[in-house]
Amino acid sequence: MLILYVLMLFMIIAAVIAVETRSLLSAVICVGSIGFVGSLMFLFLAAPDIAITQIVVEVLGLIILIRATISRDLTFISGDKEFFGVVVSIVLIAVIFLAGMKVLDTLPAFGTAIFTQVPDAASQVYLSEGLQRTGAANIVASVILDFRAYDTLGEATVLFTSILGASVILRKKSKRRLGGSTE
Amino acid sequence: MKGMTVIVKTISSWVKLLIFLFGIYIILFGHLTPGGGFAGGIILASSYVLLMLAYGREFVEDNLPLGLASKLDCVGAFLFALVAILGLAFGGAFFANFLYQKYLPGESLRLISAGTIPLSNIAIGLKVGASLFLIILTLSMCCHYEAGSEEPNDEEE
Repeated sequence: MLILYVLMLFMIIAAVIAVETRSLLSAVICVGSIGFVGSLMFLFLAAPDIAITQIVVEVLGLIILIRATISRDLTFISGDKEFFGVVVSIVLIAVIFLAGMKVLDTLPAFGTAIFTQVPDAASQVYLSEGLQRTGAANIVASVILDFRAYDTLGEATVLFTSILGASVILRKKSKRRLGGSTE
Repeated sequence: MKGMTVIVKTISSWVKLLIFLFGIYIILFGHLTPGGGFAGGIILASSYVLLMLAYGREFVEDNLPLGLASKLDCVGAFLFALVAILGLAFGGAFFANFLYQKYLPGESLRLISAGTIPLSNIAIGLKVGASLFLIILTLSMCCHYEAGSEEPNDEEE
């Protein structure tokens, strides 16, 4: 459990830096590192599916979206191509590709039920004891509304916030187009 | 703007009831059969979307005004959080299934079973249905700005 406290401390430090820093790019990088540490915590808690979701949403989605939509202090590469940079990038791409191929070799075959090989994995517990512990015949309902209800609360919050923002923006725009007062 | 032909209007006014009932069934039996709050809420909203396509936006807005829809949305979110907090109060943990563990064990495979799961399903269904209806209504308002005379009602802000 000590590793979780260390990771949490790292997350707090990164969050403080993300709030306090002046540069937009480093703030975004700090937020991305918070998401990355969060996914590491999920890995240590033996929930790899949530870790994958976390890393996709927080690290990739957030950084790409923010860098794409906010065009302040973007750094553009200008001038003619340097020979050294091209060589370095090609070498890096080749190294990453070869390492990825190595990793793919270690993966189990597609369709293998990995969780059945771990005796006390969470999903096995859900399947075997879901009916006794929640009384719901539909295992999916017992997982999303009982075992992992926090997740569903988060989804409902995301839905609520996005609907709120979308309806406010769209209604203001439609009112302005209608010629009425904006307020 | 004033909807489609008589055939479409008649058929959709019959079918919308069936779709609405099917959505309610999906929500209420979410803990027994495939489905649940999310799917059922989408089906509930889609019955209103069918009405909107057939009759035009003003008809639907008279049926279910924007203010009422956003209130339903908030009520659904509030009910879901209330179920969680009741679990904290009576069961000892946030989202604890206190009804099933203590008060109402119920026989499995019955309609009244599984404790708080049906309540959460109803809350989520209300929330998802109302919010999907809201977003489609506001999108159609945004796209039909050239109609001129109508003014979106602003009861809540």
